[in-house]
Amino acid sequence: MSQTEPMTELIETWVYLATSPLLWLTITLLVYLAGQWLFQRSGGRALFNPVALAIALLALVLLVTRTPYTTYFSGAQFIHFLLGPATVALAVPLYLHWQQVRRLFLPLVFGLVTGSLTAILSAMGIAWWLGGSLPTVLSLAPKSVTTPVAMGIAEKIGGLPSLTAVIVILTGVIGAVAGPALLEALRIRDDAVKGFALGIGAHGIGTARAFQISGLAGAFAGLAIGLNALLTALLVPSIIRLVRWLS
Amino acid sequence: MIAALMVLLVFQLLGETLAQVSHLPVPGPVIGMVLLFLALQWRGVLPKSLQATAQTLLSHLSLLFVPAGVGIIQYGSLLAAEWLALTVAIIVSTLLTIAITALVMRALIHRHVADRTDD
Repeated sequence: MSQTEPMTELIETWVYLATSPLLWLTITLLVYLAGQWLFQRSGGRALFNPVALAIALLALVLLVTRTPYTTYFSGAQFIHFLLGPATVALAVPLYLHWQQVRRLFLPLVFGLVTGSLTAILSAMGIAWWLGGSLPTVLSLAPKSVTTPVAMGIAEKIGGLPSLTAVIVILTGVIGAVAGPALLEALRIRDDAVKGFALGIGAHGIGTARAFQISGLAGAFAGLAIGLNALLTALLVPSIIRLVRWLS
Repeated sequence: MIAALMVLLVFQLLGETLAQVSHLPVPGPVIGMVLLFLALQWRGVLPKSLQATAQTLLSHLSLLFVPAGVGIIQYGSLLAAEWLALTVAIIVSTLLTIAITALVMRALIHRHVADRTDD
């Protein structure tokens, strides 16, 4: 028996598996669990954010194996799909904490409006000031809202939806990594405020982080996702029209 | 668990349908969330299995963003060309948003509490 046979067999197996959804689905879960393990081993250090670690590692694997994103996504889409039911599931913590939400009605409304406007205007303003191209500036406008909504808004205003998806995830990772420390520095003690601010600034990834603070923080973050999605979808097109009219 | 998952999917489906029909700029799952919340308020009870399934799903919420995030590999050249504008805009804007939201809320809650103690 020649030595090349097991080798070609191995390559053939890889070629077969690399295009099947099973492989990339499994690798995504594996990498995520490894990220979580590292996060816990590091004593919950913010820098070892499981999402950031998993994305970086998977990106590296895809680049090294020259796997196109579409091949990867054919497997990973099963995880991506769960974003929908998970969003619906946010109704449960909202229901459980409804008393606190009702009591904070006015602060929530003002926090939502100022936060939403800050997210849109500062992202577009800074990118424009630093010489970002028009598609980039437009793709940044809905960066603080949950992925499917942000992509819809970007498409409507002439941004690049798939670039927006990436920007949204990066926004979430930054918010989850640095947000809690920032809130600590500002001496924010109220879990409801912490959660709502993380949800407004960093959507679902901020919400995942807020659930680690407490169930109450998570409930307010979940509420923030829904409200901010609604308001941003209404605000962004008007702001773009205003900017076009002024320039 | 299957029943609870079905409840979530049914409400998502209702949300998607309503989003399509009404042309609201809101995504279906968010409408589904509002509908499920209203249904829970109306019934006044939260089934144990639904609570357990929602908690399981939400405790792994961050995993669900990984597939979309890996899409970053499609934008190598754009990121290389505009990395400064993108990085600064994302970092500064995100932190500013979190800080301003929290500070506005805290100021209003303080005033609220002060008003109440004045009564």
